[in-house]
Amino acid sequence: MINFSYTIWILIIPIFMFLLLGLLGMKFKPIISGVLGTIGLGVVMLLSYYAAYQYFFQLPRIDDAYQQILAHNITWLNLSASLQIKMGVFIDPISVMMLVVVSTVSFMVHLYSIGYMKGEKGFQRFFAFLSLFTFSMLGLVVATNIFQMYIFWELVGVSSFLLIGFYYERPSAVAASKKAFIVTRFADLGFLVGILLLSYYTKSFDFLNITGPVGIEVTRNLTQTFLGMSVATWALLLIFMGGAGKSAMFPLHIWLPDAMEGPTPVSALIHAATMVVAGVFLVARLFPLYSFAAPDALTVIAYVGGFTSLFAAVIACTQFDIKRVLAFSTLSQIGYMMLALGVSGYGGEKGLGYMASMFHLFTHAMFKALLFLGAGSIIHAVHSNYMNEMGGLRKYLPITHLTFLIACLTIAGLFPLSGFWSKDEILAAAYEHNKLLFMVEYLVAGLTAFYMFRLYFRVFWNKEPHYHHKPHESPLVMTIPLMFLAIASIFAGFLPFSKMITSDRLPFESETNLMVAIPSVAIGLVGILIAFLLYKKDNVRVEKIVKGLGGVYTTIYNKFYIDEVYMFVTKKIIFNLISRPVAWFDRHVVDGFMNGIAGVTVLTSRKIKGAQSGQLQHYAFFFVLGAIAFALIFIYLWQ
Amino acid sequence: MERYGIPLEGFLVISTAMFFIGIYGFLVRKNLITMLMSIELILNSVNINFVAFNSYLFPENMQGNFFALIVVAIAAAEASVAIALIINIYRRFSNIEVENIDEMKY
Repeated sequence: MINFSYTIWILIIPIFMFLLLGLLGMKFKPIISGVLGTIGLGVVMLLSYYAAYQYFFQLPRIDDAYQQILAHNITWLNLSASLQIKMGVFIDPISVMMLVVVSTVSFMVHLYSIGYMKGEKGFQRFFAFLSLFTFSMLGLVVATNIFQMYIFWELVGVSSFLLIGFYYERPSAVAASKKAFIVTRFADLGFLVGILLLSYYTKSFDFLNITGPVGIEVTRNLTQTFLGMSVATWALLLIFMGGAGKSAMFPLHIWLPDAMEGPTPVSALIHAATMVVAGVFLVARLFPLYSFAAPDALTVIAYVGGFTSLFAAVIACTQFDIKRVLAFSTLSQIGYMMLALGVSGYGGEKGLGYMASMFHLFTHAMFKALLFLGAGSIIHAVHSNYMNEMGGLRKYLPITHLTFLIACLTIAGLFPLSGFWSKDEILAAAYEHNKLLFMVEYLVAGLTAFYMFRLYFRVFWNKEPHYHHKPHESPLVMTIPLMFLAIASIFAGFLPFSKMITSDRLPFESETNLMVAIPSVAIGLVGILIAFLLYKKDNVRVEKIVKGLGGVYTTIYNKFYIDEVYMFVTKKIIFNLISRPVAWFDRHVVDGFMNGIAGVTVLTSRKIKGAQSGQLQHYAFFFVLGAIAFALIFIYLWQ
Repeated sequence: MERYGIPLEGFLVISTAMFFIGIYGFLVRKNLITMLMSIELILNSVNINFVAFNSYLFPENMQGNFFALIVVAIAAAEASVAIALIINIYRRFSNIEVENIDEMKY
C-alpha cells in the first residue's frame, strides 16, 4: 500500500509561501520573494508529479479500476453527530490530473512573472497572491467533500478578485475585479443552494458517499418535484450554475473578458488554465450523479457548452485586443469541455465524452497558458494590447513567435499536436450523441483556427507599424516557460488518457475516428487559409468584408450587446424597480422615523430650554413656587 | 399658654413675616450681598420658630434651642463661603449684580 500522506505538503507549501510573502515580503528584495515563491511552487510541482507517478503507475488497481484514496480527512467542524464538515486530501484520477495541471501552469507562471513583473510596484504582493491562488486551487481539486470544495471555491474567487484588481490605481481594473467577483458570487449562490439540497437528501457532504452507489441510489429515487423537475435535477442544475459562473458559461460569461485587466501571467494562470476550468472539474467530480440522477441537467450542460463555444468563437473573430481574443477563445474551449461532459455517458466506451473533456482540459491548460504567456511577451515588447499597433513581430521575437505558432497550430487542432487528439475525442463523443451539437462544434473548430491565425498573422506578419523603440525578445526567465509549455502542447496529446482518466476509473481503448478526425483537420486548415488570405499582408479585403457585414459585424464586435443587456437589466430594471423604491423607503420611512424622533426632541428642547436661563433668581422663584405647591399639597390634599 | 405676656402666635407672626421678607428680598434684589442678607433673614426666621416652639411646647427639653445654635453655625459657614464667592465674582465681573452672572445656561 502506497502512502499518500505527503500530499498534504502540496497544500502547506503554497499557503506558507503566501503567509511568508504576504507578511514579510516587503522585508525581502523583490527578486528574492519572486524566487522564493517560484522555488516553493517548484517543490509543489515535483510533489504533484511524484504523486501522479505513484498513483498511475505504482498503485495497484482494484478490479482494474483506479482507487479513490482519502490521503487525509480530518473533522474540521463537528457541529453534531450527523453534521460534520471535514477537510482533507482526496486522491483519484481527476484530482491527480488537476494537481499536475495546476502546479505545472502555476510554476511556469511564477517563473515567467519574475521577468514579466520586474520593476512593478507590489511585486511581492503579486507573488503572495499567486501563492494564495495556487493554494486555493489545489485545495479545491483535492477536496474530499463538497463543502471543502465550496470553501476553496470561494477562496479561488477571492484570489482571482485580488489579482484582477492588482493594478488598483486603474479604475477599469477595479471595475473588472468587482464585476468578476459579483458575477461569480451570484452564481455561487446557486451552487450553495444546490449543495444544501443535495446534502439534505444524501445526508452527506463527502464525494465518496454522494457519488458512490448510495448517493446515486438516493438521488435517483427522489420523488419530490418542483416546477415539473425532480429535486435532484434542480440541485444538480443549481450546482452547475456555480460551475457556469466560474467557468464563464453563457450567460454568466461577461466577467471573463473584463478580467483581462489583470496582469497577463494572472490571465494565463487563472483565467485560462486553472480557475475557469473549475466548473468543468465540478461537473466531472459529480459526474456519476449527473449521469444517473439527472440526465436532463446533462443535456442542459451540453447545450450551454455548445452555445457558449459558438458564441464566444464568433466574438473572438472581431476583437482587436489580443488578450480579449484569447479570453473569448478560452470561453469557447471551455464550452467544448462542458459540451463533452454533457454528451457523455457513464462507464467504459460510453464515457468517451468525460474522458475527452478531461483530456481537453489538460491540453487546453498547456496551450492556452502558452498563448497567454506568449501574448504577455508580445505586450511586454510592444507595450500595447491592440493588434492594430502590432505587426511584423516575427523578426523581433523569434522564440515568442515560434512558441506562439505552435500554440496556434495546437488550438487549431492540427495533427499530431495535442489539441488535435483532445478535440478529436470531443468531436467523436458529440458525433455519437448529438448530431446538431457535433455540427456546431465542427463549425467552432473552423472558427477557432480562423481567429487564432487572424491573431497570429496580424501580430507576427502583416504591415509593421512605427514602433517607438525596437521591440526586443523577452528575457530567458520568460521564454523558458514558453518553451516548456510549447513542448507540453506538442506532446501532451500522446498521453494515454483513456487508460488513465475515465468516468468509472476503468481504462478503455479509444480509437481515432477517421470520419471525424479528417474533416476536423480539414476545417482547421480552411480556417487557417482564410486567415492567411486576409491577414498575411495588409490589404483591403478585411475592410470590404466588414463593410459588407454592416450591422452584423457591429453587433458581434460589441459582443452581441450582452453587457448592455445586463446593464439595462441591472440599471434600468433592478435599480429603478427595486433598488430605488427600497432606497426611497429607507431614506424616507426608516430614516424619516429616526429623524422624526430626533426632530421632536430638538423642538421640545428648543421650547423648554428657556427655563435654563442662567438667572439665579428665576431658579429660586420656581423653587419657592414648588415649595409652596408641596406645602399646599401636604396641608390640604394629603390625608 | 403665655410667656412674657406674649402668645406663641406673636412669635410665629414675626417669624413668618421675616421669612417672606427674606424670600421677597432674595427674589427681587439684584445685589448679591443683599441677597445673602435675605438668606440670613430666612434662616433666622426659622431659628425664631425653633426657639419659640421649644420654649412654649416642650420647655423641659432643649433640642429646639440647640438646633437654632446649629443653624447659626451653619449660617456663619454659609455666609463665609458666599462672601468668598462674591469676592471672586467681583474680581471677574467687576460688579456683583446677579443678572450679570448667567453663564450657566443652556
